Amino acid sequence: MIELDKDNFDSEVLQATGPVLVDFWGEKCEPCKALMPEVHALAEKYGDKMKMCKLNTTQNRRLAIGQKVLGLPTFIVYKNGEKIKEISGAENCTPEAVENLIKENL
Amino acid sequence: MGKVYDVVIIGGGPAGLSAGLYASRARMSAMIVEKAKWGGQAGTTEELENYPGSIEMPTGPKLMERMKNQAEAFGTELVKDEVLSIDVSDKIKKIKLGSGNEISARTIIIATGAQPMMLGIPGEAELRGKGVSYCATCDADFFAELEVVVVGGGDAAVEEAIYLTKFAEKVTIVHRRDQFRAAKSIAEKAMKNDKIAIMWDTVPEEIYGDGIVEGIKLRNVKTNEVTDFRTDGVFMFVGTKPISDFAKGVVEMDQKGYIMADEEMRTSVEGIFAAGDVRVKSLRQVVTAAADGAIAAVNAEKYIEKNFEN
Repeated sequence: MIELDKDNFDSEVLQATGPVLVDFWGEKCEPCKALMPEVHALAEKYGDKMKMCKLNTTQNRRLAIGQKVLGLPTFIVYKNGEKIKEISGAENCTPEAVENLIKENL
Repeated sequence: MGKVYDVVIIGGGPAGLSAGLYASRARMSAMIVEKAKWGGQAGTTEELENYPGSIEMPTGPKLMERMKNQAEAFGTELVKDEVLSIDVSDKIKKIKLGSGNEISARTIIIATGAQPMMLGIPGEAELRGKGVSYCATCDADFFAELEVVVVGGGDAAVEEAIYLTKFAEKVTIVHRRDQFRAAKSIAEKAMKNDKIAIMWDTVPEEIYGDGIVEGIKLRNVKTNEVTDFRTDGVFMFVGTKPISDFAKGVVEMDQKGYIMADEEMRTSVEGIFAAGDVRVKSLRQVVTAAADGAIAAVNAEKYIEKNFEN
């Protein structure tokens, strides 16, 4: 998975062609960390069809807020620089829900 | 037929981990199935000063990590998967998992716990992750130097409000009654905190904002006056609801979905036990969940001795 920060967010996400998934996570977000192995497995499975990225919001708070993300975990699919779909909150962001989010937006 | 476990425990919070520890120490074969994160709700509670002995390192994630390691050290199998349904028509019970696997067990301990409840007011679901939060440890970072509202008046609400003052500039607690339900020591700590303001007799009516939270409409329940309160975030701690859908129609529950169990954690079905927050009980705490888990495991062992020949 591509690690995002303020230097590469524009080029990797907003200026990319095709769908991009961003996993917004934080160092103190236990549900995010618990989900990470499943997200990595999904990145392996769908990585050739969708660009898979993650953003550490603890290190990139302003960047996250700039994307109107103020709650974790949050997963957003971007296409041609625009948000297409997002899911947020621990009960909503199950591995199945993340996989569906990917499959619906390939 | 594959392996038959003595006990399959559903849920890896304090009740489930304690049940696993007691079962494994009694040399029962035990598996815990957890669908999300080990430690349950306690795993996201930063301030955890009321678990006896945890005062030196009073954080939920650390305590739960120790509980998990302890159960594992004594031989409890830990599996990440979701339980879809349980079949109790035979003496050997079947547990169907999201991965497609099916496990067989002589006894089942349901320790799935509870999750934060939503109020269902306008804007709440739409602004989730955009300023509306149910997890202070997950989201507190975003609100450094900003102002937040905490809704609720129980232990969780007041403890998390105190935690949020480490980040936010100002924390306003909105509570529908004129005093807290939280433990007095916690309530006193909150009332002494300069960063905390309290609005009694007040309920939220609507959360609004264009893409992110900008404010909340509050109603005073005594005067019915509605005021507009500008805020950057709203943290909701208005109670919990049980995670018990998979067991509907299998074991007896109250109208809210909490499972009925007796002093020995026995449910309405023989060989099925319930422990922790998912059970009908008066005090939902880490310490009572852990106690439930121990009692359930001991009674599962008794049930097996009585009903199965080894």
